[in-house]
Amino acid sequence: MMLSNSPLLSLSIWLPIAFGIVVLALGRDKNPGFVRILALIGSLLSFAVTLPIVDGFNNSAHGMQFVESISWISRFNAFYALGVDGISMWLVPLTAFITVIVVIAAWEVIEKNVAQYMGAFLILSGLMIGVFCATDGLLFYVFFEATLIPMYIIVGVWGGPNRVYAAFKFFLYTLMGSLLTLVAIIYLYLKSDSSFSIQTWHQLPLTLHEQIMLFVAFLMAFAVKVPMWPVHTWLPDAHVEAPTGGSVVLAAIMLKLGAYGFLRFSLPIAPDASHYLSGMMITLSLIAVIYIGLVALVQKDMKKLVAYSSIAHMGFVTLGFFMFNELAVQGAIVQMISHGFISAAMFLCIGVLYDRVHSREIADYGGVVNTMPKFAALFVLFSMANCGLPATSGFVGEFMVIIGAVKFNFWIGMLAATALIFGAAYSLWMVKRVVFGAITHDHVAKLTDLNKREFFMLGVLAIAVIAMGLYPAPFTDAMQVSVADLLKHVATSKIAP
Amino acid sequence: MNLIIPPSLYPELFLLLSICAILLVDMFLGDAKRNITYALSLLALGVCGVLTMNVTNDTSVYLSNNMFVSDAMSNLMKMFSYIAVGVTFIYGRQYATDRSMTSGLLGGEFYTLALFSLLGQMIMISGNNLLIIYLGLELMSLALYALVALRRDNNVSTEAAMKYFVLGALASGFLLYGISMLYGATGTLNLNEMSKMASAVTANKPILVFGIVFLVAGLAFKLGVVPFHMWVPDVYQGSPTVVTLLLGGAPKLAAFAITYRLLVEGLSSLAVDWQQMLMVLAVMSMAVGNITAIAQTNLKRMLAYSTISQMGFMLLGLLSGVSNGSSAFAAEAYSASMFYAITYVMTTLGTFGIILMLSRAGFEAENIADLKGLNKRSKWFAFIMLLLMFSLAGIPPLMGFYAKLSVLSAVVAAGQVWLAVAAVLFSLIGAFYYLRIVKVMYFDEPVDASPINAHMDLKLVLSVNGLAVLALGMMPGSLLRSCVDAIKISLAS
Repeated sequence: MMLSNSPLLSLSIWLPIAFGIVVLALGRDKNPGFVRILALIGSLLSFAVTLPIVDGFNNSAHGMQFVESISWISRFNAFYALGVDGISMWLVPLTAFITVIVVIAAWEVIEKNVAQYMGAFLILSGLMIGVFCATDGLLFYVFFEATLIPMYIIVGVWGGPNRVYAAFKFFLYTLMGSLLTLVAIIYLYLKSDSSFSIQTWHQLPLTLHEQIMLFVAFLMAFAVKVPMWPVHTWLPDAHVEAPTGGSVVLAAIMLKLGAYGFLRFSLPIAPDASHYLSGMMITLSLIAVIYIGLVALVQKDMKKLVAYSSIAHMGFVTLGFFMFNELAVQGAIVQMISHGFISAAMFLCIGVLYDRVHSREIADYGGVVNTMPKFAALFVLFSMANCGLPATSGFVGEFMVIIGAVKFNFWIGMLAATALIFGAAYSLWMVKRVVFGAITHDHVAKLTDLNKREFFMLGVLAIAVIAMGLYPAPFTDAMQVSVADLLKHVATSKIAP
Repeated sequence: MNLIIPPSLYPELFLLLSICAILLVDMFLGDAKRNITYALSLLALGVCGVLTMNVTNDTSVYLSNNMFVSDAMSNLMKMFSYIAVGVTFIYGRQYATDRSMTSGLLGGEFYTLALFSLLGQMIMISGNNLLIIYLGLELMSLALYALVALRRDNNVSTEAAMKYFVLGALASGFLLYGISMLYGATGTLNLNEMSKMASAVTANKPILVFGIVFLVAGLAFKLGVVPFHMWVPDVYQGSPTVVTLLLGGAPKLAAFAITYRLLVEGLSSLAVDWQQMLMVLAVMSMAVGNITAIAQTNLKRMLAYSTISQMGFMLLGLLSGVSNGSSAFAAEAYSASMFYAITYVMTTLGTFGIILMLSRAGFEAENIADLKGLNKRSKWFAFIMLLLMFSLAGIPPLMGFYAKLSVLSAVVAAGQVWLAVAAVLFSLIGAFYYLRIVKVMYFDEPVDASPINAHMDLKLVLSVNGLAVLALGMMPGSLLRSCVDAIKISLAS
């Protein structure tokens, strides 16, 4: 365990929240420009603060780094305890980076209540970083649930025509899962002699029956969040109705909260149950990959297509977790990060088109490359990355998971590999119908290409996607030790005698 | 004869004297000077607060032939009661003046009746004798009946007052009947002696159990739990909003206190019996309250049903104290209920404060539709209402989450994991109507775009109220610790 001198993690969490509050306090309807600049400065500073974490991270150290721990609620023996290890480290700068992108993406697009929009995203960013850094179960839960509040407001105020239904569905569906996890957390607290420390829970011996109950309770929250089939139905609604920035944050980060939960809670606390129920989890993941891939193929709405493709990619992630070998788990985590970039980019591209034409229907497009060549190039790049083209980040994760799956069981690997085929099918078919071909609509003929702001944000993401695809070593090196430790822990049974 | 009055009795005596003084002073004040009565009432509450802070907190003090107990729990409850009544005065002053509740023949009786009900609550909180508790209960109730009927020309209010009075008298009758049976079975009215006698009763056991049933029925009415809840929606909706706040705020603390004193301190040996009764009440309340609230369009009525479900949730803590014969977790369980009651009162003050702020002369802001587009009219108060709604739903990082966490923790510690699961599922249903309020404020366009005209003191205290719910949600440690310590001290003696 490395103790840190500077409270970098606290800073990463509270700086964006503080800026969010400042933006909300100083924002006035008649001065949106000032608000936007303030929000941009805030998000850039919050991103800058996460960079020393990457820099100072020791790849070969075991356990948590940048640890902070203060007593918080003595009645519950709960601590304000933070820490990152190889699994969670890259998720922190990813969140801050996506927040910067979202602020830039909203520049001229959001006209009403700009201060509240920017404030909500900044506060949401801090809360999500809090989820990834928390090493105390109660603190994790508080941050996990708290993210629902700003997201609900974002979808409901700035969203599309059916936004109220989508916002309620998102909130209540996710809340249902989380409340069952709350009972599990309380049970663990009482069982471990009044401790909320996740580390203690990892070591706690439990009977198989208890482990299965706890696994199912955690599964409720994380399966809804990831989302896994069949509790995935909130995602297409939420993504379609959310404003572009909201979809980006939902896809890029909020889904990862669920996947992270599997790694931090379900697998290490209930390893025997994880093995016992792995068949079910693998089946659900494969259904997500294959069935949802087919569902994505028939979508007419671009955003819904990308939403279903997100579910399919996250199916890959959960599949990797339950293969119980290093290559698969590492691949799954790499996939989490890469999906963060790619899905953000896809939603931004759709947002670019929507800002001009105000339609997300594929049928309303065709031949966009003729009037928006720069956009088309980037859109094609991101779609290729979505299918897992080598040299893009999408390939790295999927390849590692497939090899890991084949090591576990050849047929599961085969079925997982079909993800590449379906991914290519729906991504490329959408690209073909939207970008290529002749211009059939007048509004397409009148389209203007990317302006400097849009080009910058998509360009930055393109660089990230290609860089990670060509050189994923910084990511895989950081997670090596933590994943190995996790798998060693999961391999040992901890059934109470 | 010892004429020295012990300091523990100062708050009650001072309040009584100050009520009499305020009544006298008020006689000579005209309608224009009614604010003096308001100021004097707040001053009286302030002095009571100071006096209560000086009362010993480390041990329980028994006075007046053991009829009066002053311990850490009673001090904490009284402090929050003063805050609740004081804040209600601040929120309701303009509202009451606009509706002629503090003018004409009525004079300043609104304030004095409210202070009398507070005096009754203080006696309930500190009562250690069955009859004293009953006296306090009646003092509080009679004052509240009069307050509900204060707008005697308003049909809805007088109907609510009739319902409240008749049903309340019936419930007091139940309570008295139960008390008489307990006296018959144990031979004593004193709670300390009763707890010793209750375990030894064998021949009169059926009478004792019957007595407990009537007692619980009477208490359940005062708390407003199913199936004694029918008065709550009608009285909450019909009363003038400021009186709804007087009914729904501090009296809930007093009701919790007497439930605790009677059942936990007085009848702890029969815990198995009354815990089962409370379980039925709690589950039915959470079910009925949460499901019926979804259908409401009147905000006050919705809050009434939400109160029913919140009180049901609070009862979960009280029924988790003794499990399988062991009371290892009793202090945590009862303090969880106490913290829940305090959280509920603080959030209720805020929600009704918002309603009072939006109401004007001739306009009652009591429908959910009246909150539409509040974000456009006032970003700050829409945010305050958002904090309060999410606190009631139990979403972190608001105070309500820790209240739910404490109670659920007690329930799981008592081994009732499935009860905890049922409780969270009912809370999920409940979350819908709290979310609907947030939706109406933020996602809808305002129907009534008039600016919000409220006095500075209301706005200031309302802001502090909302921010306190957030602050105590981020740092609940000290209040939680105080509640646990208070219960531990009171259980020890």
